[in-house]
Amino acid sequence: MAKHETPMLDQLESGPWPSFVSDLKQEAANRAKNEKNVEHQIPQDVVEDILGVLELSFKHGRTHWKHGGIVGVFGYGGGVIGRYCDQPETFPGVAHFHTMRIAQPGAKFYTTDYLKKLCDLWEFRGSGITNMHGSTGDIIFLGTTTPQLEEIFYELTHKHNQDLGGSGSNLRTPADCIGEARCQYSCYDTQALCYTLTQEYQDELHRPAFPYKFKFKFDGCPNGCVASIARADISFIGTWKDDIKVDQEAVQAYIGGEFLPNAGAHSGRDWGPFDIKKEVIDLCPTECMWMEGKTLKIDTKECNRCMHCINVMPRALRIGDDRGLSMLVGAKAPILDGAQMGSLLVPFIKAEDPYDEIKEVIEAIWDWWMEEGKNRERLGELIKRQGFQKLLEVTNIAPVPQHVQEPRTNPYIFWKEEEVEGGWDRDVNEFRKHHQR
Amino acid sequence: MAFISSGYNPDKPMEDRISDIGPRKYDEFYPPVIATNKGKWLYHEYLKPGVLVHVAESGDEVYTVRVGGARLMSVTHIREICEIADKHCDGYLRFTTRNNIEFMVDSKDKVDPLIKDLESRKFDGGSFKFPVGGTGSGITNIVHTQGWIHCHTPATDASGPVKAAMDVLFEDFQQHRMPAHVRVSLACCLNMCGAVHCSDIAILGYHRKPPMLDHEYLDKVCEIPLAIASCPTAAIKPAKVEIDGKKRNSVAVKNERCMFCGNCYTMCPSMPLADQEGDGIVLMVGGKVSNRISPPMFSKVVVAFIPNEPPRWPKTCETIQKIVEVYAANARKYERVGEWAERIGWERFFDKCELEFTHHLIDDFRDPAYSTWRQTSQFKF
Repeated sequence: MAKHETPMLDQLESGPWPSFVSDLKQEAANRAKNEKNVEHQIPQDVVEDILGVLELSFKHGRTHWKHGGIVGVFGYGGGVIGRYCDQPETFPGVAHFHTMRIAQPGAKFYTTDYLKKLCDLWEFRGSGITNMHGSTGDIIFLGTTTPQLEEIFYELTHKHNQDLGGSGSNLRTPADCIGEARCQYSCYDTQALCYTLTQEYQDELHRPAFPYKFKFKFDGCPNGCVASIARADISFIGTWKDDIKVDQEAVQAYIGGEFLPNAGAHSGRDWGPFDIKKEVIDLCPTECMWMEGKTLKIDTKECNRCMHCINVMPRALRIGDDRGLSMLVGAKAPILDGAQMGSLLVPFIKAEDPYDEIKEVIEAIWDWWMEEGKNRERLGELIKRQGFQKLLEVTNIAPVPQHVQEPRTNPYIFWKEEEVEGGWDRDVNEFRKHHQR
Repeated sequence: MAFISSGYNPDKPMEDRISDIGPRKYDEFYPPVIATNKGKWLYHEYLKPGVLVHVAESGDEVYTVRVGGARLMSVTHIREICEIADKHCDGYLRFTTRNNIEFMVDSKDKVDPLIKDLESRKFDGGSFKFPVGGTGSGITNIVHTQGWIHCHTPATDASGPVKAAMDVLFEDFQQHRMPAHVRVSLACCLNMCGAVHCSDIAILGYHRKPPMLDHEYLDKVCEIPLAIASCPTAAIKPAKVEIDGKKRNSVAVKNERCMFCGNCYTMCPSMPLADQEGDGIVLMVGGKVSNRISPPMFSKVVVAFIPNEPPRWPKTCETIQKIVEVYAANARKYERVGEWAERIGWERFFDKCELEFTHHLIDDFRDPAYSTWRQTSQFKF
């Protein structure tokens, strides 16, 4: 017999998609049964109370979680988000129900051995409910009490060689796409760069010293599977400079219908026979491709590396060999001044260990943002407020046409005095000798 | 339940302390076929929806079976995932950015038994535990935020509407019949801890009532200057109020200036916005993050408000389904929702999707607004 009636949630148990309600119920039953005799360190019926309070929210159309509270582990200013229920008498199991963010491994590869250890820890010292994963990428432990925070941190660091992730006004846990691990499109080792920078900037990740949150995300190619361009303060997008490698025989195999276009991604409908002109050449945004007899030609200089042709014919076309990444900066969701996409700052940079050139750009940006950024001002908003030119100045990057979609349409240039011959100091009396008042 | 120490000594927190070690290193967790062939993959193919093969220069192959998952997940469920990975995948697995789970095997003969096992597992309530799909030109898992399960600022739930929407879109999770992939995302408030603002279809929780003012407590729990500074439209000013004959410092809100962002509530718990009638869902359409063919695009608001309808959000789901069907029937191969809408014109998009165009959909927020009005005589009737 369930502790709380959940008639509304129960309606989310049917239907084909995995039901989180069924899963919560199964966990509630697991804790109640407790076949492994776990000495639960937070209330055994905590999941019953999660279901109860969620049902109440379904009824009220409002959340029943209070504002955070200042809880955490000693020496860190992030990684734990305080959470309290606003109906603690009815749902005592979740009265204190803090979130812990656990830094996820690159590309979210796991061994079962490791995951099972995390499960054991979280069943013992927390609710047993997680997010796999949070939006930023962390493993999220949902719900434990204050006294357990240090204990969990101690076990994580001592037994599992595992640290917390970021929260608050610090570097958030960086996240990467699967990259070279299992993708032929990746122009650099996303995991290696993500891990290196995560380790390099542990202090920035754990101890809030920034005006607001700061996110790194690593996309191996312009397809952008981790959406870095939409949500990272610095987005690292793999790219290359030389020719797309073409296997002309394989091109013919696509034309002949031997290989399915787009790796078979359109298999659910009859789109007719593959037409390389219609599906590839005519859709190329720069019109840099054409057929000469049976040979596919690409004018590399005009290619903007959008990935379409490579995506359509992955067995025939491959990324070039002169690889690196582009850095785009300032992406963010709408809060506060509207959404921003990342803006191109570094068109091309090599991604090679120890990544010193990349770190130089990062640190120049941080110096500027920490000096000039207002409380809760994201990097993108600072760039808007002080100008893209200012960003170029502080990062010591020379302006190039690649930086803009188009040049400005107004002539209101903030000339600097040193840019104007003779400077700005002039003698008005000398002027008046030739121009009467 | 007796307290059991981990070994941590609260009297000496720095004793034996380990910190700043970061995540576990990625290559500890690579399956052998990944470790061997990293950086040497040649191509991939979708064998069927949810099943990929990647072929390496060495001739090695890795077969991936992708399954959907609710990102809200219990340890019991994770243990079951581990059990499957132990049985079929030598104890390795991974999760995707969109909360799918990927089981990898190194030869083709291991694929069918794995799929059979995955598809046979159901929750007591009847739903699949591990539906295979989420690839190619279909509709993959919805990325989402916390919602009512654990957040203090949401204007809608997350797991609930996602479950309801995925039930409606389920066939397309397991098919490849869309013109291009369709990314659906949900954020339960406009803090958007997920990047829903660049999704083909974005489900966004939104408030519509200005904050209530808990004058009695406001000055005690909030920094008034921070609350004032938090407002992007300068709608909040300091105020003195009288409660039980006592003057208190508080704030006043110019309601007609409020854009319901909730930023003040983030700074000050005495300014709650949440409301059963006021809160609901905004639908946004046509965003993308990929640079493929066209540059990344923001999603555009196409439905200003749909009330929260727990437990299954029928109006929201029905509207999404309609947009998906009209897109599927009309867009060209490879064309994303936003590219299609731009090609036919947004006036035609509203037409075809039978969506009402209201004044709410015309941008009036600062500078970028102007560039979204029509500055040409080119339009369609």
